[in-house]
Amino acid sequence: MKYMLIMRATDETYAAFQDVDFSEVVESMGRFNDEMIRAGVLVAAEGLDDPAKGVVVDYSAESPVVTDGPYGETKELFGGFWILDVASLEEAVEWAKRAPLAGPGSKTEIRRVTSIDEFPQDNEWIQKERAWRAATGQL
Amino acid sequence: MAGGDRTAVSGPGGGPAVTPRAPGGREAVEAVWRIESARITGTLARYTGDFALAEDLAQEALAEALVAWPRDGVPREPAGWLLTVGRRRAIDAFRRRSALDERYAVLSRDLPEGGAVTGAAAPDPAGPDRDLLWDPDRIHDDVLALVFTACHPVLSREARVALTLRVVSGLTSDEIARAFLVPTATVQARITRAKKTLAAAQVPFEVPPPEERRARLGSVLSVLYLVFTEGSTATSGSEWIRQDLAREAVRLTRVLAQLVPDEPEVHGLLALLELTAARFPARVGDDGEPVLLEAQDRRRWDRAAIRRGRAALVHAGRVGRGLGPYGVQAAIAECHAVAPSVDETDWERIVLLYDVLGRLAPSPVVELNRAVAVSVARGPAAALPLVDELARAGSLAGSHLLPSVRGELLARLGRFDEARREIERAVQLCGNERERELLRRKADAWV
Repeated sequence: MKYMLIMRATDETYAAFQDVDFSEVVESMGRFNDEMIRAGVLVAAEGLDDPAKGVVVDYSAESPVVTDGPYGETKELFGGFWILDVASLEEAVEWAKRAPLAGPGSKTEIRRVTSIDEFPQDNEWIQKERAWRAATGQL
Repeated sequence: MAGGDRTAVSGPGGGPAVTPRAPGGREAVEAVWRIESARITGTLARYTGDFALAEDLAQEALAEALVAWPRDGVPREPAGWLLTVGRRRAIDAFRRRSALDERYAVLSRDLPEGGAVTGAAAPDPAGPDRDLLWDPDRIHDDVLALVFTACHPVLSREARVALTLRVVSGLTSDEIARAFLVPTATVQARITRAKKTLAAAQVPFEVPPPEERRARLGSVLSVLYLVFTEGSTATSGSEWIRQDLAREAVRLTRVLAQLVPDEPEVHGLLALLELTAARFPARVGDDGEPVLLEAQDRRRWDRAAIRRGRAALVHAGRVGRGLGPYGVQAAIAECHAVAPSVDETDWERIVLLYDVLGRLAPSPVVELNRAVAVSVARGPAAALPLVDELARAGSLAGSHLLPSVRGELLARLGRFDEARREIERAVQLCGNERERELLRRKADAWV
């Protein structure tokens, strides 16, 4: 089963992060990723750039409103993710506990990744998506 | 913290109350064990120099965790906690044996005095920063030595499989028993006997020296392959695929590929398993019946697994010593994986790859598969003599494969009476109920 480990942080976390030695972060994150690679469970991982450089598109109004900067009240910033292929949710939790994350508001959310097999297979758009997955080797 | 209790606490910033999950249930302990067991057992085996003792100690540590963690919560450093318990139990064992054995007397003299090492006191729930034994520079060698020991040639195939799943995968005897459809007591007996065999043969706990390494690696790879095939085709019973077991074999092969990156056959096997597992979603129909390769809906194949398998095959070739038997089988699987349909498959290349495989690892099964490929590439008349030759040689006498292929070829040549007789023989020899049903339906279609 595939689970996504979603790194969550607040603006406080990001502020505290400014004081951390970047090479130490690369080192500890590298070690953690290497452990998961060596255990044969890591499927994918990406990190996201500074939320202050992001843009938010809000659909609440009739036409979408675009604003610069981080999402919402910066309490739930999304920093990056790992996708793990593990036997159970508990195993995903145990890996998440090993992540070298720390600080106020720093959290990891764990969600199961759905498979395209769970959607109606006779739907034309699902079939198109399957073709794209086949052509590009997507998950 | 009171384990097992779910205490509602207010969320940060006065947000909604959150309920922490129970911190140390059985499932959590088992999840930790799956992640840590190989490193714990490997480290303890290096420490004690005794694989069988290390396995006992590791199981004792697991048993203690199953009692303590639901009560106290999962420790912050679970691996350190488990190692600390294992080491204490080792010291107890050394002390017991020191009265009998000079070697242990020496070991136990070096131990610190005091009650803390008797195992009476539980480890600090917060855990030490790893255990004294934890050595990140040694850990990969310890795990590799563990894999080689569990797959040692002095052990029977069944023992190698059971021991590998127990010490490297961290599966319980119950889980192994369920996976292989045997009683738990059988698995336990296999493991006990295997440990005695290793001790009797005085097998050292080590990564084999270079001159033995290639041959010993072959034994490891065959165990992983066996676990995978057991998971992908049940040898008996009605369950066609036990995917958990097959997926565990893929995971173990990934682990091995990280440990010995310079061996082409490890990557060859990984490629073969990924490319074969990629077809799992299409191998069973909605009615639970098996679907053969030619009838599979290829859109259902797992494209990410195909991509990983092809990458592993490229890696196997890049090592530069040529492909071995697993690598060649992976190359055959790749021919299917990249083809949009049976008709658009490069069957001549598959015949060529079977020629290669037949030289690298001659076997009647390979010859039979080659005959099947020839029948698709050049027609049934070209393939029948090859199958007849196998039948004359008495190869595969007890297997349903030969008569089922021969029956198929005869049917394609319009010789239906002979074909039906062959299929009847195949049905008698086949041990898998679902496959038998498939054969019967095939024969019925010729009426």
